[in-house]
Amino acid sequence: MSAKRKTAAREIFALGAEAVVEGALLAGCSFYGGYPITPSSEIMESMAERLPRTEDGVFIQMEDEIASLGACIGASLAGRKVMTATSGPGFSLMQELIGYACMIEAPLVLVNVMRGGPSTGLPTSPAQGDVQQARWGTHGDHSIIVLSATDVQDCLHMTVKAFNFSEKYRSPVILLLDEVTAHTREKITVPLAKDLEILYRLQPSMPPEWYKPFEETVRGVPPMPPIGSGYRFHATGLTHDDHGYPTQKSDEVVAAISRQFRKIDQFFFDIQITDEFLTEDAEVGVVAYGSVARSAHLAVEQARERGIKAGLIDLKTLFPFPRAAVEGLLRRCRTVIVPEMNMGQISREVKRVNPGTSTVWTINRIDGHIITPKQILESIRKG
Amino acid sequence: MAEVTQLIHEYLRHDKKFPHVLCPGCGHGIVLGSLIRSVHALGIAKDDVALVAGIGCSGRVAVYVDFNTVHAVHGRALTVATGIKMAKPEMHVIVVQGDGDALSIGGNHFIHAARRNIGLTVLVLNNFIYGMTGGQCSSATPLGCWSTTTPYGQMEKSFDFVEMTRAAGANFVSRGTVFHVKTLDKLIQQALTHEGFSLVEVLTPCHTQFGRKNKFKSPVDMYQWLKKTATPLEAYEKLDPDKRAGRIPIGVFVDNHEPALETRYAAMRAKFAKG
Repeated sequence: MSAKRKTAAREIFALGAEAVVEGALLAGCSFYGGYPITPSSEIMESMAERLPRTEDGVFIQMEDEIASLGACIGASLAGRKVMTATSGPGFSLMQELIGYACMIEAPLVLVNVMRGGPSTGLPTSPAQGDVQQARWGTHGDHSIIVLSATDVQDCLHMTVKAFNFSEKYRSPVILLLDEVTAHTREKITVPLAKDLEILYRLQPSMPPEWYKPFEETVRGVPPMPPIGSGYRFHATGLTHDDHGYPTQKSDEVVAAISRQFRKIDQFFFDIQITDEFLTEDAEVGVVAYGSVARSAHLAVEQARERGIKAGLIDLKTLFPFPRAAVEGLLRRCRTVIVPEMNMGQISREVKRVNPGTSTVWTINRIDGHIITPKQILESIRKG
Repeated sequence: MAEVTQLIHEYLRHDKKFPHVLCPGCGHGIVLGSLIRSVHALGIAKDDVALVAGIGCSGRVAVYVDFNTVHAVHGRALTVATGIKMAKPEMHVIVVQGDGDALSIGGNHFIHAARRNIGLTVLVLNNFIYGMTGGQCSSATPLGCWSTTTPYGQMEKSFDFVEMTRAAGANFVSRGTVFHVKTLDKLIQQALTHEGFSLVEVLTPCHTQFGRKNKFKSPVDMYQWLKKTATPLEAYEKLDPDKRAGRIPIGVFVDNHEPALETRYAAMRAKFAKG
C-alpha cells in the first residue's frame, strides 16, 4: 500500500455512503464495477478515488447496471472480493444476474440505496420500497441474504458483515440502505482491519483433479478457488451437478437446489442479526429497520418517559427473516407496530410469523418523507 | 497416438458427460477445434485461459473444454469477461458468443468492450440465426432471409460485425469461416496474441435452423456456399466494386496497437505506487 499504513482507529466525519466504502475496504474489497444512479452514486465516486490507490484495487465504470454486476461476478470468480452499488431502476436491471450469482454461488456485495418507485419514482427522496424485490426479484427458487443499516456507523459495520456473509456462505448479499442513512453525515470511528473479524471464502485442500466446485459439504458451502489457480471448473447458470456440468436429472437437480437453500437455512442463528431495545418487558412493540429504526428508537424512549412499556426490534437482517426474535416480541406484546417507508413490505413478514397473539399495526409512508418519532409515538400511545 | 487424439485427451473434459449438444453439420465444433489448436500451438497453459461464453449453441461449447470456463447469461458474457480480465490481466480471457448474443441482446456491452479496447479475444460464431432457441431471426440475419420470426423474409438490415467493431475502436478485427480452417487457426492465434480487444467473426453454418429454411438442401451446400462467397480481403479489394456483391471478405481488417485498458489502468496505478 502506497499510503501510510494506519496504525490506530480513526474518527472521520462521513456520509453513510462513505462509511460503506470504509467498511468495504476494511473487509478486503478490491473490485468495484458500477454505474452511477441517485442516491447511490457517492459510494461509486468514493470507490473511484480510493480503490486505485490500494494494493490491487480495480475500479471500473461499466456501461450499465447489468454490465456492472456482470463484471463483479467475473472478478469474484477470479478471487476478488467485489462490490457494486445501485438504486431502484438499476436494481431491477441487475435481477437476472443476481439469480445467476445465486446459481454459481458467487460471493458479492450489492448495495441498494433505495429510492421511491415504481419506475423512476422519487430519485432523491427516502423510501424502503425494494425490500421484497431484494428477496424475490430474480426468477426461480433461491436463498439470499438481505441486510440493512440504521446509521452511518452501522453502514460501516454492516458492510463488513455483508462481505463476511458473502464469503462464508458463497452467496450474493444485498445491503439495503435508504436515502437518509446513505446521505447523513456523522462522526464515525473507522477501526483497524485487524480489530475486525474478516472472513475469506474456503479454499480447496484436495488436489485439483479431485475438486468438485459444487460438492456437498458439511456446511453445504463448497470451497471456491480463484480462476487461474489450477482448479479449473465450469460455472453455469444451468442447473448443474456437483462438477458444475448441466443436468436435468431429478436427483441431481433436487440435490443442487436443496443444498443452496440449506447452506443458508441451517445457519439462521448466525445470519439473522437484530438489535433489541427495551423489549424484555415491552407491551407495545415496534419492528423497524434503516433510518426509520432511528425514529422508532426515540419514540420508544419518549413512550417510556410517559410510562408506556414500549420496545423496539431493529432489524439488521431482513432476509432470511429473523423469525425467532420477531415471534418472541409478538408473543410478549399486545400490539406490534411496523413503521416503514413503503406500503407494507416487512409488516407482511411480521404478520406471516404472528402466532395470533397480538395485533400488528402498520405505519406506511410513501410520499418521500421520513417517518418521524412523533408519528410512531402517536401510534404507540394508541397501542 | 495421433496428434488429434492427444489434443482431445489434453483439452476435452474426460469427466463431462458426452455426447455434445451440437447438430450434425454444425460448424461450432470446428471453431472449438481451431481454438484448441491455437492455444496449443501458442503454448498457453490451460490455467491461464478463461473461456467465457454466452447462451445458445455457442454458449455450450465452453462446458466441453478443460479451461476455466464460465457459461454466463444471454448477452452478458463480455461483462463477466471484463471483470475477469481486470482482476487478472495476465490471463487470456476468451469470449465465445453467437451473433444474437453479441450484437442483439449484448450489443451495448459489445460496443463498449471494443471502445475500452480491453484485452479480450472475442469469437463471434455468426450463423445468422438463433439456433438453440428455435430459428428466430437475429440482428445478423441477412435481408430477405427466412426464419421462424420472419416468415415473409427479413425486412431489417443486418449488422456487419467487422465494421461495427472497427468503428467502436478495437485493436484487432478479423473475419474467417469454418470452411477456411487453416486461415481461421491463424486468425485466432493472431487474436490471442494481440493486445487490446480482438474480434474474430467466424461464419459458421446452422443447417438445422437457417439452412433448412433458406434453400440449402444439406449441410454440405452451406459449406460450399462459404467456400464460394468468402473471399480473402486482398483479393476482394482488387475486385471491381460491381463484382463484390454477394461476396464476403475474410481476413484481418484492423491491426492496431493502441494500449489496452488494463495496460492504461496499470500505468495509472503505478503512479500511486511511486508517490
